[in-house]
Amino acid sequence: MYQYDQYDQNLVDTRVAEFRDQVERRLSGELSEDQFKPLRLMNGLYLQLHAYMLRVAIPYGTLDSRQMRMLGHIARNYDRGYGHFTTRQNLQFNWIKLEDTPDILAELATVEMHAIQTSGNCIRNISSDQFAGAAADEITDPRPWAELLRQWSSFHPEFSYLPRKFKIAVIAAKEDRAAMRLHDIGIEIVERDGAHGARVFVGGGMGRTPMIATEIAEFVPLSDLLSYLEACLRVYNRYGRRDNIYKARIKILVHEIGADEYRRQVEEEFVAVKALGIDPPAAEFERIKAFFAPPAFAGDAPDTLDRSDPDFAVWLDQNVKQHKQPGHAIATISLKPAGGIPGDASADQIDLMADLAQRYSFDELRVTHAQNIVLPHVRKADLYAVWQALHEAGLAEANLDLISDIIACPGLDYCSLANARSIPVAQKIAERFADLDRQRELGELKLKISGCINACGHHHAGHIGILGVDKKGLENYQLSFGGSGAEDVSLAKITGPGFSEDGVVDAVEKATDVYLAHREQGERFVDTYRRIGMEPFKEAIYGPA
Amino acid sequence: MKILTGNDLKTGDVVWWTGSGWSRHVEDSADVGEAGEALARQEEAARRVNVPYVIDATATPEGPRPAHIKDRVRALGPTIRPDLTLKPADPSAGNWVI
Repeated sequence: MYQYDQYDQNLVDTRVAEFRDQVERRLSGELSEDQFKPLRLMNGLYLQLHAYMLRVAIPYGTLDSRQMRMLGHIARNYDRGYGHFTTRQNLQFNWIKLEDTPDILAELATVEMHAIQTSGNCIRNISSDQFAGAAADEITDPRPWAELLRQWSSFHPEFSYLPRKFKIAVIAAKEDRAAMRLHDIGIEIVERDGAHGARVFVGGGMGRTPMIATEIAEFVPLSDLLSYLEACLRVYNRYGRRDNIYKARIKILVHEIGADEYRRQVEEEFVAVKALGIDPPAAEFERIKAFFAPPAFAGDAPDTLDRSDPDFAVWLDQNVKQHKQPGHAIATISLKPAGGIPGDASADQIDLMADLAQRYSFDELRVTHAQNIVLPHVRKADLYAVWQALHEAGLAEANLDLISDIIACPGLDYCSLANARSIPVAQKIAERFADLDRQRELGELKLKISGCINACGHHHAGHIGILGVDKKGLENYQLSFGGSGAEDVSLAKITGPGFSEDGVVDAVEKATDVYLAHREQGERFVDTYRRIGMEPFKEAIYGPA
Repeated sequence: MKILTGNDLKTGDVVWWTGSGWSRHVEDSADVGEAGEALARQEEAARRVNVPYVIDATATPEGPRPAHIKDRVRALGPTIRPDLTLKPADPSAGNWVI
């Protein structure tokens, strides 16, 4: 994984010192909240419902055991004993004291971490495939490109005050595990005539106006990638609306002027940008790429598994994926235990995951956009020991991609923007479907819950989506079906009138009954919905029209 | 009744105006009547509290309760982590929130 050079380290250390001074001036009364707020947000510090919240950047969701342990240390010593992994592959601490924040950032800096650009109208954390470098279906590791984009976008003077926040995802496999087309820019690295290039998609996103990104370039040579993206951002920065926050994202610009006109302007700008020579020399990219060289896999690692323990066998089937290196596997640690809070992990659990990564996964961990943790490179012979350790720590839930593997935003329990609670709904649905055999009978079913229209819980992309709204001071939950953030990307459609908290759990169960009654061989819930349409589901949920 | 709330500058804790200072317990809230907006400006200017604002509340035998669920959640803590609320030892503490 990438390691800071002295230039990187100086940047982060300087920012910590600068923010320490800003915090001191706020605490002394020299700065008002209006003056201080933009400064703290530039360092990922929000004021949420109960306390300050600090969002720590985890570039493309990759970290090592030393960094993971630091997150556990902060959870234990500065927070209330836990951290929350987010849908942006980051981590949030919910109970931070302002006066502690400079010390926290200083400690993060010792392990090459920070909270810069985790807030504000700038290019946010570059997200990627959590299986990058390990997936059997990837054509190359997308993370060197994500890292290049991280370096390009960090402190980019021209893009520090964009019309709105800006999110970029990079993948390099046909299976889209990063919801690439629901980003402002989605990049899929593809191969043509033996060369790698980028398919570029622009204008995706969820929130108030959900849209799927449109392809604007089918093959940008990777040697031109930075120039092309610079052109994309320049056109957005020039014409994106700053007069209306609800119309400020690039998806609105692309929609209003049309993808063809946006593409024409980007290509015109690209010619001018290309002449500036901002693309890195091949040697610099090779330097970055070297940090992502494959670990020293054992060439003779046995490819067989002892499946005699039935609980272990279920975990293998559900949570372990094929690795590109024989004798190895990718193991996903579910942060969705029955009745738990999606994405939360205690300091002890964080430490344990760090230990397992160090011992069994070449010192690497990944955060997924579905709020789970991945050990990307585990020898098959070590999987049973890993599973046993996870089992003891309450982390061996074998529910990856099943109905209880729910994405849920923090909702009204933590978030000052939310209108309804998300987590209790997730818990009740997980409890209703607690029987793992029943979950596995239902198969892949992605259920996603947001507590407000901003859609941090990705409800638009759920096979089943739930949106909490405020209805005359009461929580109300709108149900939708048919979304997907994967390569079969689609936006969910609302079923009809909303429900109470318990009512929406009942409605979800009725929907799964309809699916079971109608499904054909090999169909997932979303496939059956797409084939038979909304009506049978509506009739079951709301009664005959 | 109307009560005044905000977040403590240093800790971010939710706090409630008692008539003479700030408390972490909503039960201590004073009815600020029409004086809330002026009080909010005064306390914010004094750098004691962040983003103070006035809300509607109901007087109950146990003390004032915010009218809206968001402020009731703020008053107690996250409904899904009783151990993180202001009353972790009281299993019924959250009954008035929902």
